Amino acid sequence: MSNNSDSNPNLISADQIKPASMELETVRKKLAEAKGPKYWRTLEELADQKAFGDLLEREFPRQASEWVDPVSRRGFLKLAGASMALAGLAGCTRQPLEQILPYVRQPEQLVPGKPIFYATAMPFHGHALPLLVETHEFRPTKIEGNPMHAASMGATDLFAQASILNLYDPDRSTTITYMGEGSNWGSFAIAFGAEIRARKALQGAGVRFLTGAVSSPTFGWQMKQVQQAFPQSKWHRWDPVNRDNMRAGSKLAFGGYYDPIYKFESAAIVVSLDADFLSGAWFPGFVRYARDFMNGRKLDKGDEMNRLYVAESVPSTTGAKADHRLPLRPSEVETIARALAAKVGVGGVTAGKLNEAQQAWVDAVAADLSAHKGKCLVVPGEFQSPAVYALAHAINGALGNVGQTVSYIDPVEVDPVEHGQSIRELIADMNAGKVETLIMIGGNPVFNAPVDLDFHGAMDKVKLRIQFSSYKNETTDHVHWHVPETHYLEAWSDGHAYDGTASVIQPMIAPLYDGKSAHEVLAAFTDQMGASSHDVVQTYWKSQHPNAADFETWWRTAVHDGFVAGSASVAKPLSAKVAGLPAQAAVSGSDTYEISFRPDPTIYDGTFINNAWLQETPKPLSRNTWDNVAMISPAMATAWKLNQLSDQNDHQSDNQRVLEIEIQGRKVEVPYWPQPGHPDGAITLFLGYGQTKAGRVGSGTGYDAYKVRPSANQYALAGASAKVLMDKGWDLAVTQGHFTMEDREPVKVATLEEFLKNKNFAHENKDEEPQDDGDKQESLYPNFKTKENFYQKYAWGMSIDLNSCVGCQACAVACQAENNISVVGKEQVQRGREMQWIRIDAYYEGDPANPSMYFQPVNCMQCEDAPCEPVCPVGATTHSTEGLNDMVYNRCVGTRYCSNNCPYKVRRFNFFLFNSMPGTDWDTPSLKLGRNPDVTIRSRGVMEKCTYCVQRITQARIASEKEDRDVRDGEIKTACEQVCPTGAITFGDINNKDSAVAKIKSGPRNYQLLAELNTRPRTTYVAAVRNPNPKLASGTEKA
Amino acid sequence: MAQIFHRSANTLARASILGVVLLLSAVGAALMEFQRSPYVTTQHIAPEQPIPFSHQHHAGGLGLDCRYCHTSVEDSSFAGIPPTKTCMNCHAQIWTSAAMLEPIRYSFSSGESLKWVRVHDLPDFVYFNHSIHIAKGVGCYSCHGQVDEMPLMYAENTLQMEWCLNCHRQPEKFLRPKQEVFNMKYQQPSPESPVDVMIGGEKKTFTSQLMLGTALRNEYHLRTSQDITSCSTCHR
Repeated sequence: MSNNSDSNPNLISADQIKPASMELETVRKKLAEAKGPKYWRTLEELADQKAFGDLLEREFPRQASEWVDPVSRRGFLKLAGASMALAGLAGCTRQPLEQILPYVRQPEQLVPGKPIFYATAMPFHGHALPLLVETHEFRPTKIEGNPMHAASMGATDLFAQASILNLYDPDRSTTITYMGEGSNWGSFAIAFGAEIRARKALQGAGVRFLTGAVSSPTFGWQMKQVQQAFPQSKWHRWDPVNRDNMRAGSKLAFGGYYDPIYKFESAAIVVSLDADFLSGAWFPGFVRYARDFMNGRKLDKGDEMNRLYVAESVPSTTGAKADHRLPLRPSEVETIARALAAKVGVGGVTAGKLNEAQQAWVDAVAADLSAHKGKCLVVPGEFQSPAVYALAHAINGALGNVGQTVSYIDPVEVDPVEHGQSIRELIADMNAGKVETLIMIGGNPVFNAPVDLDFHGAMDKVKLRIQFSSYKNETTDHVHWHVPETHYLEAWSDGHAYDGTASVIQPMIAPLYDGKSAHEVLAAFTDQMGASSHDVVQTYWKSQHPNAADFETWWRTAVHDGFVAGSASVAKPLSAKVAGLPAQAAVSGSDTYEISFRPDPTIYDGTFINNAWLQETPKPLSRNTWDNVAMISPAMATAWKLNQLSDQNDHQSDNQRVLEIEIQGRKVEVPYWPQPGHPDGAITLFLGYGQTKAGRVGSGTGYDAYKVRPSANQYALAGASAKVLMDKGWDLAVTQGHFTMEDREPVKVATLEEFLKNKNFAHENKDEEPQDDGDKQESLYPNFKTKENFYQKYAWGMSIDLNSCVGCQACAVACQAENNISVVGKEQVQRGREMQWIRIDAYYEGDPANPSMYFQPVNCMQCEDAPCEPVCPVGATTHSTEGLNDMVYNRCVGTRYCSNNCPYKVRRFNFFLFNSMPGTDWDTPSLKLGRNPDVTIRSRGVMEKCTYCVQRITQARIASEKEDRDVRDGEIKTACEQVCPTGAITFGDINNKDSAVAKIKSGPRNYQLLAELNTRPRTTYVAAVRNPNPKLASGTEKA
Repeated sequence: MAQIFHRSANTLARASILGVVLLLSAVGAALMEFQRSPYVTTQHIAPEQPIPFSHQHHAGGLGLDCRYCHTSVEDSSFAGIPPTKTCMNCHAQIWTSAAMLEPIRYSFSSGESLKWVRVHDLPDFVYFNHSIHIAKGVGCYSCHGQVDEMPLMYAENTLQMEWCLNCHRQPEKFLRPKQEVFNMKYQQPSPESPVDVMIGGEKKTFTSQLMLGTALRNEYHLRTSQDITSCSTCHR
């Protein structure tokens, strides 16, 4: 692995690191002296370093605006001369002749130029997310949630949004290989068929299948048939991010595997024990749960608001939204769970020793829970110990929540197993020589199987190794046959949503590279070599449908709607028992550290490592891109005398010192990240990075946490040691300090109590805000309000609810997909040249040990008095009659005056001919297919920015005009609004007083960002309200 | 030392200053003309097509409706180029062995698309929508000219931005009643040939285009000229 060697491009030598001092004590003193709430984004800002001041004053930090490429004087003069000579001629170029290729027989439903939406679903590690996919001439271009489906309600997460880029990834596996050499399907089919016949004669002895978690009922049905024909074959499962702890906990509590279904809408009090239900897809049901939970915090119907307590070992966006957050070391979560269980009256549990703050937290939470019996909810984390899971559900049982706020269903995963156990058995069998044919469908076990089991060594003993995978990865090097696997948009399949609702997965496009689906692989074992996935899936559903006569109608309805109506699982009457609870393992040693392993927030377990959109999406809290970090607490950084993120004099990079972490004798070198709110004495490692075969995007990014991850205690373990390597540094690309808006109170917050006392708290500094003086506005800007025909019919506006935003980043990726936004690469991010049009600023308030956190999405504000417009020398950014700041790419000459004059820093400049994937050229054919044909693709030297998805506005307006009506409220959804699981973003016509956005804007909490600048932004924010427990002193306890 | 330049060089120098100014203006003017010229805009130039398809014969002579082939013109941004199947609807019956139609038969049997050359080609940063123009009473003729008299298809207009704005600034000069949109023989109203239109449920007679256009603007709820000359109307 490259990370250990000095050749790692991320590693830099020690003399390049110039330490910047940041003492926690000075910071605390400053905070204590500050009056009123003080919001900060980075620890340097808090320490008020000079370097941060430099960042502020520059439009782009770190030489983003300088020409730094090595161009010789001669080369420069040549270019200058040529551009002089050709200046002005650019407009006279003759357009090349273009061809039109019509269909030979045009499909009936296709109207050229109009997108068609098809329902499907994305399988994701044991559950499926229902989707609608936009296709242009049958090319999928954009993914949306299925609004008819209860598990999505129109929203998705960032993985679903970005999965379309995986479909068009030029680095996907395109060919069948045998022993690394190119081969073909014919040769494979002969060899595979012969092997199957030979194994069948032996009852399938020696045959092993290895897949990830599967929710496809058809796959399960096929596997059952295979096991009937091959009774001695076995099916093993391995996902590096699996639900083992939850499964084990379920067995402990209920005596079997069951999935919990939470009803956040009925819970007034929610307690999370390390449950990250507001972050992303690793918490099945996240999309629906986030919506339900946030609906209880909108304060739009009355003054009631739910309350969230979070005890967590890794800072998460769930913790950021908590009213009371308790940072804990991983092992302490169980202590808290036991104390809580004992306090609310779960029999047979005794509380352990707690410190003062923890005791106060437990007392207050227990009292609050007991006061809300049947209307509260305790959610255990997927990655916490089985005991925590059992305890949490025992608490729910004791409080009468079962059936009210939580219910239990049969698992949606087909034939669930504990993956750790399953792969352990497989490896034991391989080592014992019992495995002769290994068929791996998806996955990359050589890279991510538990390191102590040595999957690679064991696999080499297998006689025939076959891999079906959409990427050639580390495992591919050690298999005989590699066959490209289809993307989920390329083949028929099916799956279950988190609530058990079945969906048929319908493909959008024929396989781009002749890939095979998992169903086609299994069909070969039941004498159906060559059967199409469509036939297999349909045959299964036919067998499930009692009435053959109306099957066709039923099938078409299910495929069209994207789900089988009424197929949600029925709740089981279960009650959790904690009788068999094992004693809590003691954690010893104060000189060692506890380690948490977590899926990476943007590339998950490594599946999305070659997805450039996700690589460049900042992680919600650490805000770094293109790398994973090791999170530690700011106090640990101070104790280890680590320099804080030091912005170098050359403004080139964010150099970090490197930690060497040793776990059970294995070492890994990691860049540290002092994360405000991280528990002391613990280190969090993120999985998935450090791959060597990922492709041109993912290879060489980050460190490999799998190489220290053992098979026991997959998510948290104690006894690790760490030391600082003073001679090494790591080059990170962190966006947290980019595009800052100076010291101007960007977020406004109150507690519920304060809000009820003073509903106008967001407007305390009324004199700073522009008065709505209509026509008599005092401003140097042209007053469009008084101009004829401006703002008459529609006036588009947006409202962003700071209370609802969970910082999940789905909007940023959705915007990227909708608007053909480029990816710039790590080095360019370090220069501050990232292109995402909507950024989610994270603000902290209070002590770095456990601060309150706020997320603020910032896109173009579409100011009515826009500072960008008058400074453009060529009129490339102009005011539309509906109040948009139009951006005319073809007129832009790239002076960047507009960006310089923008107080919100929301304009993005194409410094190069960027592309949607680094390392690909502008013309990479596969990437062209996925672009949105309704949005211009910008080239070098052009400014770009959010335009409220003006292409969607135009389409809806044209549709309404053709029907001679007004655009209906809610008819236009911007990409960010549509994807948002919590409904934090609302867009519409503010001239229409009945529109959702106008109603929100008329509320007391509505405020303008940087109102004192008198820009009259069309995007406004709804101030955050927290609901802390008055009995607990502050919202931010010290652990 | 003798003078190098003759006295007349002074005059020449003065003249050359003027000459340079004139030359530069001339070059500028020439470039302006050049970029509006048919060479650049391909106006009035019929490109070579795989089949010399005649709109004059099909639309003018046979009287086929525009929408028989351009099916999506009322629904979509793109008017639609007919699939080979549309050609074969008739040409499976008539002219079945004409050599000129061989590419159609080949396309139909092989499944390969015909490769037509785009005659009306807007730059990729311009988003034109046919359906809304049809819905608001802009005739095919206004942009495409007398198609029913074109033996080979060519662009009647420059399709340059100044030409688009010409109409977006004053659509009343060009609007026609919706039922006349596809009518190639339609004449703008004049005292000699008045046009009857239903306006607000009443039949009215117009003898001038400006009056008719203004009435239709209201009747069809056209957006204001400021609205439809906002940049984002066509650019995004």
